Amino acid sequence: MNTRRVAVTGIGIVCAMGSDVAGFECNLFEGRPAIAPIESIDVTSMRFKKAAEVKGFEPSELFEKQELAILKRFSQFAVAASREAIRDSGIEWTDDASRERTAIVTATGAGGLTDLDEQYENLYRYNKQRTPPMLVPQSMANAAASFISMETGACGPTYTVSTACSSSNHAIGLAFHSIRNGTVDTAITGGSETPISFTNLKAWEALRVVSNDTCRPFSRDRSGMVLGEGGAILVLEEMEKAKARGAKIYAEIAGFGMTADAHHITMPSVEGPVRAMRNALNDAGTDPSAVGYVNAHGTATAANDAMESKAIREVFGEHADEVAVSSTKSMHGHTLGAAGAIEAVATVLAIHRGVLPPNANFNERDPECNVDVIANEAREKKVDAAVSNSFAFGGLNAVLVFRRT
Amino acid sequence: MNSEIAEKTISVIAEFKEIDKSAISVDTKLEDLEMDSLDALNLIFELEEAFDITIPDEQASETKTIGEMVEGIEKLLAMKEEEDGGEE
Repeated sequence: MNTRRVAVTGIGIVCAMGSDVAGFECNLFEGRPAIAPIESIDVTSMRFKKAAEVKGFEPSELFEKQELAILKRFSQFAVAASREAIRDSGIEWTDDASRERTAIVTATGAGGLTDLDEQYENLYRYNKQRTPPMLVPQSMANAAASFISMETGACGPTYTVSTACSSSNHAIGLAFHSIRNGTVDTAITGGSETPISFTNLKAWEALRVVSNDTCRPFSRDRSGMVLGEGGAILVLEEMEKAKARGAKIYAEIAGFGMTADAHHITMPSVEGPVRAMRNALNDAGTDPSAVGYVNAHGTATAANDAMESKAIREVFGEHADEVAVSSTKSMHGHTLGAAGAIEAVATVLAIHRGVLPPNANFNERDPECNVDVIANEAREKKVDAAVSNSFAFGGLNAVLVFRRT
Repeated sequence: MNSEIAEKTISVIAEFKEIDKSAISVDTKLEDLEMDSLDALNLIFELEEAFDITIPDEQASETKTIGEMVEGIEKLLAMKEEEDGGEE
């Protein structure tokens, strides 16, 4: 039996709702969506025109020129969030042993893939002869993980996970298990994504899952997802060590479950998510009846929200009536590989404050979505445990369980 | 040595290093500019862009002073002019 437990002691975030935790938290509990017309690229030819873009993020204020030469926007988000999370945790690495016992596990779906657009255009369209020399290290998925290790000196297990929309939950879950099983004592973990590029938006348009209205998870009139960009990082620490140094503890990360649907590349199944939630609760040793909140995957596609509602019903049975559900994607958009990390921050803030964030843009109950949706306004409710779901294309499910401490 | 090319080369380096042009001359050794391997790659890129040339790997690694750099660029520009002329 595992006796080691894991605390969340620091959080950092950059997303459309705010370029730090204070800004994000305010909009989160006020229920203010950050979905707006896309400004960073020309979307005249696009069937959808809205996204949750990060505004007012000034890289030159945060990074030296030399740092910017190796950090593309997706890495900038992760590094900026890591700095905030580390500062927030108050953790310091004072000796080699603690640096060696710190893991860095980041996540991204596409990494720097979307940054290549500009270079393709230069080479193919304008017949340019060369790309910037740092394009390879800039666009590699692990760029942020490597930078964070160089910046902090943390030199334990360091890697990057890519499982589309489940990337961040997989990363956080693996980091959590590394602490619980004794491999390391500390982890810096989360993810980032910058999906707003012409090619990538065209690809999403072709999938016909993006709404041109807005993101209305679980609402009968929902019309699809809305893409968002951002990043979030959490500092995880072995519980006793965190307590011993007097760290502020937001919540305990208690369980992680992962499954594959083994079913279809884009259509979700009920069975895979059900097993993932059950695995996570078993891993936490938490009875489903202790769960008061689910931060849903809730993409606002017809298929996901109906499937996820059925899965929640199946896992929680009659107790499902006592489980409040919201998808904060209604406000920060679907940030793909960053989603699990941003939603983990939302979930630990909810546990810590005793207030549950709303599911914005909700108009009408859908009989296909028979769950207790926190419609449009935050709900005061102390919960002992909360579940955060991520279900990816390709049928890859990753679920985290958090507990109040 | 072509003074126009020398001046442009020095301008590119000064801007890249964020230092005053007067601090650099054709006699300046590249090692005195305190550049690591990444800086060197980025500077080569800037020079290629500025002169619209392609600097071969061997030539880049053999260059030790700004003067040699200017001479190398002169040669590449002459070769390019020949090639362009040949195509017409």
